[in-house]
Formats: sequence, structure tokens, C-alpha cells
Amino acid sequence: MRRADVVKKVTGALEYTIDSHMAGMLHGKLLRSPLARARIIGIDLAGAQKMPGVAAVLSATELPQPVPRFGPVIADQPLLASEETKYHGEPVAIVLANDEDTAAAAVPQIHVEYEELPAVCTVADALKPGAPLVHPGGKRHDGKICDSNVCGEFEFQWGDIDKAKHECAAIIDEVYSFPMIHHHALEPLSCIAYPMDKGVAIKSPIQSPFILQRVVAACLGLELSAVRVMASDIGGGFGSRGYAKLEPLAAYLAMRTGRPVKISTSLDDGFFTVRRLAATVRMQTGFDGEGRIVFQDVQDDFLMGAYADTSTRIAQKAGFLGCGLYRTPNARIVARAIYSHTVVSTACRGFGMPQLVWAIESQMNAASRLLKIDPLEIRLRNLPARGEVFVPGDTPADGDWREGLKRAAAMVGWGTPKKSNVGRGVAVGVKTPIPASVSNAVAKLHADGGATVAVGTTEMGQGARTVFAQIAAEILRIPFAQIQVIMGDTAIAPFDFATAASRSTVTMGRAVMAACEELLSQLRAMARELGVIDREADAEFVNATIKGRQGPIAYGELLKQYLGTSHGEITGRGMFQGEKDSRHPLGGLSDFWEVIFTSAEVEVDRATGKVAVKKLVSVSEVGLAINPLQAEAQEEGSLIMGLGHTLMEELVYDESGKLLNAGPLDYRIPTAMDIPIIETHLVENRDGPGPYGAKGIGEGPVIAVAPAIADAVYDAVGVVIKDLPLTPERVWSALNAAGRGAKNAN
Amino acid sequence: MVTESVAITFTLNGVTTSLDVSCTHTLAKVLREQLGLIGTKISCEQGECGACTVIVDGKAVNSCIVLAPEVDGCAVLTIEGLAQHGELDPIQTAFMEEGAVQCGYCTAGMIMSAKALLMENPDPTDREIREALAGNLCRCTGYQRIVQAITAAAKKLQAVDAVARKG
Repeated sequence: MRRADVVKKVTGALEYTIDSHMAGMLHGKLLRSPLARARIIGIDLAGAQKMPGVAAVLSATELPQPVPRFGPVIADQPLLASEETKYHGEPVAIVLANDEDTAAAAVPQIHVEYEELPAVCTVADALKPGAPLVHPGGKRHDGKICDSNVCGEFEFQWGDIDKAKHECAAIIDEVYSFPMIHHHALEPLSCIAYPMDKGVAIKSPIQSPFILQRVVAACLGLELSAVRVMASDIGGGFGSRGYAKLEPLAAYLAMRTGRPVKISTSLDDGFFTVRRLAATVRMQTGFDGEGRIVFQDVQDDFLMGAYADTSTRIAQKAGFLGCGLYRTPNARIVARAIYSHTVVSTACRGFGMPQLVWAIESQMNAASRLLKIDPLEIRLRNLPARGEVFVPGDTPADGDWREGLKRAAAMVGWGTPKKSNVGRGVAVGVKTPIPASVSNAVAKLHADGGATVAVGTTEMGQGARTVFAQIAAEILRIPFAQIQVIMGDTAIAPFDFATAASRSTVTMGRAVMAACEELLSQLRAMARELGVIDREADAEFVNATIKGRQGPIAYGELLKQYLGTSHGEITGRGMFQGEKDSRHPLGGLSDFWEVIFTSAEVEVDRATGKVAVKKLVSVSEVGLAINPLQAEAQEEGSLIMGLGHTLMEELVYDESGKLLNAGPLDYRIPTAMDIPIIETHLVENRDGPGPYGAKGIGEGPVIAVAPAIADAVYDAVGVVIKDLPLTPERVWSALNAAGRGAKNAN
Repeated sequence: MVTESVAITFTLNGVTTSLDVSCTHTLAKVLREQLGLIGTKISCEQGECGACTVIVDGKAVNSCIVLAPEVDGCAVLTIEGLAQHGELDPIQTAFMEEGAVQCGYCTAGMIMSAKALLMENPDPTDREIREALAGNLCRCTGYQRIVQAITAAAKKLQAVDAVARKG
């Protein structure tokens, strides 16, 4: 089944927000802070203001006071930096002009006087006694006032960890680090806001239109009905388009000027806008003599950026799964989200789990070495069986996980002979969707027998539009081509929580199903009333018709007979919400577990430290792949995103808080030249809660690539690396420190 | 803003096109803003990502780092000019069939790089395909299906060619 949007995409006809234009539109260009933390002593806007074609130039001083702030969890981010900048690249002023060139030319004419102040850019620096506070007097996740840079702190505990520590054959205590990663979506951030008769409309590549609506309304003091968000198809999301970025400012400016306002940026600007949380994870893991986990004592320190965005939720939700997929009888997990003077951190594919799984799986690799148990075998001993509870109080294991792992291992030839400097590794990963989150859908059956489905989900390449049309076609028994899916418009679609957490196929898919089933119920009732069928239970739907006593009747004909010659249409509504549980720390049970088994084969060059990944494999339990082509393609992309953070990606800050590699020239993501043989295997047992037994997919593979490759590197050349990425320099240094470099090669 | 402009004439997707362009405007900007051809995407605007790839005189170029006056007298092919008589180019069809498209933002640039490659080398090796795509970034697909699509398109074009030669 081809993607619904694919012709537009291969012909270049699809209009992204950045391609859009409106009559009378003003173009906004941002001035960003060249320093991380600095007091703004004065801003001279005059040079920019007097340029012909410039409509307005604003800094925080020109905004309402106190400067409006926004954020999905904590409203800590100002429309423009107020009094003190908090990270390198923070927007300090904006020019609005009649055309983009003029706006861009006016930006350098703004002169700002700064007093540079000390900044904190690492977990260690942010936690030092007396460290500068990013938000003195600000609010934490729990509503308390910040008295340190810790913004959120979450503790999860079960069993008796202190007792368990005395019952182990071996305890491994290590620290692992995971760097700051940029999402690197190809479409640059942009948005357009324009005044409505009451309030403001926003067109944006946003994954969560309803959250954006709420955040903009709260920031600008508007009612929800006064903010309409229209999510356009997104040129790459991965979490970077989850929450408000430029939209609150654009919305404010549109209302202030009474004109459409477009703020557009370039790919480089993205590096000054969003990133993945970095993490330092200290893990103490106890094992019995057979390699079974006795306890986990976990300290997850997530390094946030200067504003909270959704960072605290990531620490909380990932922290909850801080023991991963393994049966863990005793556990203590403390997850902290810590502010720093760096670019804002937000959701990124995997939502904190790649960081934690790097640590969890590195511990398993360490245990395998210490206890001399094969890396595959030690994992098999700790994976729960189907139906076994592995996190107390949550959904039991919902798949045949040991089989999945064995398959992944077999796919790289586990246990078969290999050449020197070649190694293999396996790893497992897990994440949970958003517990108890709500999706609604509306389906309309038209007079001609076609249908329109309206959903709050957005299309960001994952293929949701296609999957929903497939589901609607299947339920309504009408051709795929006769279904239109309208996405992401808060004024048209009913509420949806977000396009995130691999949840849309499951939760929105179920809502679409329910909406379409309601249409069928209405058709049944109409048919019975008209005497087409005797009992509603007799109704049979085939090829856009209902089978009547005197033969099939087309839906359109039935509507016409029932509603009269003016035709008209009928509307079905559907809702899905996962299981709520007030005792659960996340508010509900995991709808399903997004589980991944990864394996890798690498060859390491001892002379240069370069890791050549030869083969990368993922096996995922997907329940049912509603669109196998899209599902496999997404899993492949997710693997390669993981390859990027494993081998090459890292945002680099200097001590003053300057970002040194903002842009694709200095921050390298994998290219077509870097890709190994990729194989993805989808296990389909139709055992998920989604339509036809589907589970969510697409995030899984990114989660466990790093530990699989790292253990393959160990297998190849015998060095252990605890910090990502595994750059040639880092591997070369480790090889030489261990006396295993090219000169010592055996 | 007032900048010096220059009159240029070039062939755009097979049609002779004359217009005044600003000396400071890139080909990408002129295509998108003056000619409304938004299929050419802008992203990095520094020649690193390949989203804006078009073909100038048979070569794939990053149109974000080509100044518009430079194409005076050249033949420019953009994604909009690829379909012939309403029929998609075999590369476009192959991208659809192989699942090589996700968010779509890199797709036009990828297809144009592939087109330039196959125009010059109708039977590329896997390595040659990867080299031709080395300047086109994609964050969604992991590239494997893009390479497969180009391989499939090359095979299809060769088959069409063989038939044409026989006929």
C-alpha cells in the first residue's frame, strides 16, 4: 500500500509551512544571543527601525511586562530573552519587515550591550554548591521554588534494595554518559500566525496541535477557542516539533500588528532551538551467580537546557523504566532533570530511553564479562516471559521477548566464526507510550459514499494519514482512494493528546475505528427503518453497499432515501483512552510495550579507531504492521538515527557555554556513505491493543543501537567505552590505553 | 530592499525563461519565490544538506549556493520538470514503490541527485549511488530504500532502453 501523500512528495508539490505565503504577511527574523549567560545592559534598535521596509523591531522591553512566558509543563520560557540571556542562541530581538531580505538585513543593525556571566553547561557544574542558578526563584516541576538547578526529581522504588545488596554474587557500579543530540529535521522551523476575528490562527509544523493551542492561550491570556492551530505536514519531527517554539511569539506579533506574521529560520537555527537531553547515569547492578539481576540502584541525571519544555516529563517517564525490560526484583531509581545554560532540551525519538538503555545494557555487557556468561545468554536469563510482571503495578510482558532476542542474534550470525577485529553485539530496549492519553476522531460519510476522517494527529512522515485511511477503508468497506484524512486542525478535529510516543496508530487508530463503526451503526439503523433489512444484526456491508433484502444498496443511495433529496451526510465519533490507574506513578498502565531487539556486527580498525558497522539488525514486536512498507521503513530510519548518536553525533559546548558545532557542516549525521546492511524484522502476533492487534512502532530501534555496537566493539578488539559517541578518537584512545592499538595487534 | 538586478535567460524545465533577478539572490530563492517552484526545498542554505538540489547543464548542484545570474544561458531542471506528459519519471515511481519517502523534505533533492547520476551513468554500482547521494541528507529513512529505489529505477530505464534499441 503506497503512502497517501507520496505523489505530492515525489513531485515536490507538497506545501510545508516554510513554503507558505499570505497576502500582507510580515516576515520575522530573530537576533540571537552570542553568549550563553549574560545580563542585557542595553539594546539599540534604532539602526534596524529606520531601514525602509521594516515594520517593527522588538526586544523584551517592547513586550508586555512581565514578559509573557510559555512551556508545556512549566511556563518558564520568555517570548524574547528578558534581562538575562540563558543560553547561546537565545532569541533576544525580532525584526518584522515586508520581505524576508529586509528583515534579515536589519537584524545585524540591532546593537546589544551584554555583561557576560558565568554559565553552567554540564551536570557536574550545574550541581556544584554555589553554582549559578539558571532560574533563581523559578518553579520546579513539583511547584516548589528552585533552590538549585534541579528542576524535577522523581523516585521509584520496589522490593528491598538495601537487603538485596547483601545477597549478590557480583555488584557492578559504573557511570555512563550520553551526549546532547540534535534532532536534525530537514525542514527548518517556521510558523505563520494571523489574526482571527476573535484571537489568532497559527499554521505550524507542530506534532501536538492541542498542546500548542493550550500553551499559546495560557501565554497570551486567551481562551482556548481564540487560538486555532493548523498543523501542516512536517518535514521531520522526531520530537523537535512537539511543543511551542516560535509560535507564541508569532501569535503575539500577529495580534499586535493585525497582520499575518511568518517567522522562518534555517537549519542552523534548529541547533539553537532544540536538542535531546544529555544524561549521566550511575548504575549499581547486583547479580546472582547465574547472572540474574538481584537489584538495580539507578541515578539518572538528565541535563536539561535553559528552559524546561517537556524535559521533566522525560526524566520522570524514562526514569520509571530505569531498569529496562528485565525482571528486577529490587529497585531504586532516582531521575533528575537539571537546568543548564544550554539550548532547550525536549522530546526526542525514544523519550529518554536511549540514554538509560545505554547504561542498562552496558551493565549487562559488563556482567557478561565479569560472570563469563555469553551476552545473549545473560539477557535471556533476565527477560520476562509473556504475561510476567516486570515493573510492579504495570502491564505484564506482552510478547515473546526471548524469541525476539534470539532472532536478532541469529540475524548477525551469533556464535558463528568471524574474522579478527570483527565483533558482534546484542541489546534490548523498551519504551512506553503515553499512559491513559486520549484520542478522538470524527468520520463523515458523504452523500456520494466517500468519507472524510478528521483527526488531531499530524503527518510527519510516519505515515499516519495512510494508516488512518487504510483503517477507515477497512471498516467502512469503501476504497482507500475515497477517503480523505484531515489532520491537525484544532478547529476541525476533536481533541487528541499528541503525535508522539508511537501512540497514533494504536490510540488514534482505535478512535478512527470507533468513529467509522459508529457510521456503520447509523447506516444499520437507517436501513432497518427504511425496511431495507429486517434486523440491524442482519446488516452486511460489502463494497460500499449494504446488503438489503432486494440486493445491495450503495451508501449514497441509502443516505438519499433516508435524508431526502438534499442528500446530506452522517457523522460518527470515536474515542479511545488507555487504562487509567491513579496509583500508577504515570497515571495509567502502558497500553503496550514498545520493545526492540538489536544486534550489530562491526569491524574495528586498530590503527585509526574507526568503527565500521557492517550490519545492523532490529527485531520488533509490532502486533500487526498495518502498513508493512511504512513500518519497516520507519524502523530502518530509527536504527540509523541511533547509528548517528552511537558513532558521530554530539553537540559540543565550550566552558563559557558557546555551542561550537551548530550546523550541518560541523555536526555530522549519517549520510548514504555511512550505512551498513540494515535488516528489520517485524514480529506480528496480533497481540497489541491497537486496530487489528497493532502496537506502536518507530521509536524502538533508536533505543538500543549504541549498546549493541559498543559490545560488538568489545567483542572485536576488547575495549570497553562508557561514553558516547564512539568516535575514532575515543576508540583509538581506549585501544592504546589498553595496549590493544595497531602496534600491539595480535 | 534595493539591490542591483540583472536580466537572465535560461531554459527552465525545457521552457525558455527570461526574468530580472537580484544579483544577491540564489537560484533556490528565485525558483521558489519568483517562479513559485516550491518543490526545490531550502534547509541549510550553505550547500551541506542537498534539499535544494537541481540539475544545471546535466550536473546536480545545490541551488542555495548558486547565484541566480550564474544560470544565464544554462539549462535548469527542477523536480517540477521531471514528469513528462503527465507521467512520472521512473525514479519518482521507484521512490514511491520502494518506500523511499517519509517526511518528504529531502525527497526532491534526492531524486534530482539520482536523476543527474543516471543521466551520466545509467548502470551505477551501489557504491556509485551512495557517492552520488553523499551530499543529500535524510533523517527519516536511513537511506537504504533510497538506494534501492535508484537501483530499481536504473534497471527499469535500462530495460526501456533495450526495448527502444531493439524496436
